[in-house]
Amino acid sequence: MQEITRDILLERAEALLADGTVDRVLGWKKGEFAYDVTPAVFTTADELRAEFVWNDFCGANFSKYLIKETAKKDTKVLVFLKSCDTYSFNQLLTEHRFDREKVYVIGVPCNGMLDPKKVKDKAESVLSVTDNGTEVAIETLYDGIVTVARDELLPDRCLNCKSKKHVAYDELLGTEGDVVANARFDEVARLEAMTPDERFAFWQNELSRCIRCNACRDVCPACTCEKCVFDNPNSGVDNKAPANEFEEKMFHIIRAFHVAGRCTDCGECSRVCPQSIPLHLLNRKFIKDIDEFYGEYQAGAEAGSRAPIVNYDLNDLEASEAVERGNE
Amino acid sequence: MQRIGVFVCHCGTNIAGTVDVKAVAEALKSEPGVVISTEYQYMCSQAGQDLIKAAIAEHKLTGIVVCSCSPRMHEATFRKTAAAAGLNPYMVEIANIREQCSWVHKEMTIGTEKAIILGKAAIAKVNLNAPLTPGESPVTKRALVIGGGIAGIQTALDIADAGFPVDIVETKPTIGGKMAQLDKTFPTLDCAACILTPKMVDVAQNENIRIFSYSEVTEVGGFVGNFEVTIKKKARYVKEDLCTGCGLCTEKCPQKKVPNEFNLGMDNRRAIYIPFAQAVPKVATIDPDYCTMLKTGKCGVCSKVCTAKAIDYQAKDEFITEKYGAIVVATGFNPISMDKFDEYAYSQSPDVITSLELERLMNAAGPTGGTLLRPSDREHPHTIVLVQCVGSRCAACAEKGKEYCSKICCMYTAKHAMLIRDKYPDTEVYVFYIDVRTPGKNFDEFYRRAVEEYGVHYVKGMVGKVTPEGKKLKVQASDLIANKQLHIDADLVVLAAAIEPDKSARPLATMLTASMDTNDFFTEAHPKLRPVESPTAGVFLSGACQGPKDIPETVSQAGAAASKVIGLLCKDKLTGNPCVAHSDELMCNGCSTCANVCPYGAISYIDKEFRMPDRTTKIRRVASVNEAVCQGCGACTVACMSGAMDLKGFLNKQIMAEVDAICK
Repeated sequence: MQEITRDILLERAEALLADGTVDRVLGWKKGEFAYDVTPAVFTTADELRAEFVWNDFCGANFSKYLIKETAKKDTKVLVFLKSCDTYSFNQLLTEHRFDREKVYVIGVPCNGMLDPKKVKDKAESVLSVTDNGTEVAIETLYDGIVTVARDELLPDRCLNCKSKKHVAYDELLGTEGDVVANARFDEVARLEAMTPDERFAFWQNELSRCIRCNACRDVCPACTCEKCVFDNPNSGVDNKAPANEFEEKMFHIIRAFHVAGRCTDCGECSRVCPQSIPLHLLNRKFIKDIDEFYGEYQAGAEAGSRAPIVNYDLNDLEASEAVERGNE
Repeated sequence: MQRIGVFVCHCGTNIAGTVDVKAVAEALKSEPGVVISTEYQYMCSQAGQDLIKAAIAEHKLTGIVVCSCSPRMHEATFRKTAAAAGLNPYMVEIANIREQCSWVHKEMTIGTEKAIILGKAAIAKVNLNAPLTPGESPVTKRALVIGGGIAGIQTALDIADAGFPVDIVETKPTIGGKMAQLDKTFPTLDCAACILTPKMVDVAQNENIRIFSYSEVTEVGGFVGNFEVTIKKKARYVKEDLCTGCGLCTEKCPQKKVPNEFNLGMDNRRAIYIPFAQAVPKVATIDPDYCTMLKTGKCGVCSKVCTAKAIDYQAKDEFITEKYGAIVVATGFNPISMDKFDEYAYSQSPDVITSLELERLMNAAGPTGGTLLRPSDREHPHTIVLVQCVGSRCAACAEKGKEYCSKICCMYTAKHAMLIRDKYPDTEVYVFYIDVRTPGKNFDEFYRRAVEEYGVHYVKGMVGKVTPEGKKLKVQASDLIANKQLHIDADLVVLAAAIEPDKSARPLATMLTASMDTNDFFTEAHPKLRPVESPTAGVFLSGACQGPKDIPETVSQAGAAASKVIGLLCKDKLTGNPCVAHSDELMCNGCSTCANVCPYGAISYIDKEFRMPDRTTKIRRVASVNEAVCQGCGACTVACMSGAMDLKGFLNKQIMAEVDAICK
């Protein structure tokens, strides 16, 4: 259950459409299944009332959608952003990917979004999902109502939520949250503790499942190149289909390098992966290393900030030290 | 497809001794694109170059690979050769089979194998090379000299004499530097002030020279021929243009207890001061740390006595931005701190002093008016111990001192010993040394005179401990030649402290992107062949900032640096480097990362209209490289996540091709 109800969002969206502040709304609409909520652009109050959805499955990060959406028109678009989404929003502004003036941001508090994969693991043939804040009642076609503790259905990114604070908005619904303590690097530390062989085996096992659907790349707010290296025959690393072991050995590593220092750890890559590969762990390893080598840095916490790996400071770690620490 | 010629050089036996050059030439024959592969004894010789030229004509070559020494050595030579034969000079690649191969390997088989691989990599690159044409950039005909000691003064005078404007930036209120503090100079024993101050006056009177005293360089942008430098003029609270240097304020200022840095704290000055009588510019400066008016707002005596109305308590730091074609670093040296040398009791007794302090004690303008008196009780010292190499040649005690030889101490110690014996023949002078190093014109004669004519006691050995006891300093030392311990009751101990680069040098090097060695001395472009140029184009080195040196050496280096600067400023245009960054606008997503990492400010962003495949137009923000400013460092190419930025002559695909050729 979310602190702010659908009605409140609807009321604000209708009001902003009515007074001409915005002429379209980037929101969620119902998909085929209860857990299958999809992003949509609404232009009228009628469309909104009919199809707008705000529930526990509105996980999609809208920041990246703004690049294309703002390029379409000179008018403003309304977007609803959860606290984690606002970090991606700032990061994209840092990279000049869209015009801030063309966006009206409503910050929406988030209580954690349910993971459809975990819901489907607990119950088959899901009809509807109701959430009272601590327990989730899953109505199924054959097994009646299955009740599960809410925490058991949260994805890793919500269990280890890094911030309830909105770092960018024009208006905020509800109360301002804080950056929260989390254990998001514990899993990375566990991987670091492995021997190189064990670690290689772990990743080979995970990445061998990759079907190269490119969903992780397409959803990633840091992946906004005009032409992706994987689609560019001149890049030397182009590879459009899973024809060999490229996915296991190169694709995800190259991608993690490309977003290093810019990844806000929004977790969209793991959310959309149909093969449940914990891709966020690769990015978190980079974030952890950057934090340890150059001091704590959160991409997107501030628009215009410079990531340590594209900045120079007299106190920066010498390259040799980084290599030494990597060998430890 | 390229038509590539491969030319393998023997370099006498330098390469041929460890690399089977015939086998290398043979092996490279079958590489893609290669139409001729041959070897010769000295490729860089006229005959070797003629061989290349003939091959270019005969085989209609479009690219050449020379397997020889480092490209730093002869890349330019072979590029000229290619250009003379009508080939674009950037179609030449060097495979370094000497420094990176024959010199580091002992076995012929290994050396040959590696030489072939290096050759293959260069061929792989040439296959992807394209002709490049350099651009031109104008030269700002003005030089900046950072540091106003004898090095900076001489460089500035020489450049100004050639007719170019020069600015000197000096952090102290006056130019003159260390030499102004010295008493006499070796080996001629003429007075330092007598030869320095006329030069200072020349600087002041030279129409081409501007002096920014009490100022610092805070920012350096641009590149050779086109530097843009921001200079901070620290608030001196005295209007330079009004102050006549009469000195009345410095007599009337009630704040009398300010340690006088010109005399190394051995006497006091006022809060408003002129460092010394011959200061240039002769303008008073208020020391904000001690001035009662600036600290509490109550006093104002100097303002009342100043008839020129030059005092301005409201003065603020001023920033000036100026363009320069060349920059000369002349930041000089300082004696190291004696804090870590407790065995000599420097901090325990005022009668243990450094050599520079001795200079002031013997100087007629010094705290004692030129009479040698002990700092503690103002009595004549009768037994003086001079200790050489305090902190120099200190390999075992690197955390205390310096590993290098400070070079000047042997000579000035001999000078001190001689001057003392000359003026006060009743004084016993002992000099403790590791070696006496006197390799200069008339230097050894000078030292022999100290020993033979002036009866200075030179003792080979080091002082172990100095202990103050009553009015005496108990010196415990070893005489290595007599193999015995010495105990001397001294009145004065003088330490020849090691010298180190000025502390301002390190941050300045960062601003200039000039390189330094581990001791913070600036490095030369080549230690033998380019000793006054820094590896950074347009930055030159003068004086002790490059390494310890005495006055004659400093002055000759200063003149050499000036001649290099004049050579640069004489040119109207500089030919640029065509190996500059280039952005593929269709791939650029306008993120600005490249502009942020560019150390030269060469990248800007423009909104550009693009025709889209569906016949619409779209305005996109894309990077644009100023090729005149780009230095080809390649920082942008690695920072660009889209792979839009690339470096001409070092394209990503060329480098990958080289790597592939090596790994094959």
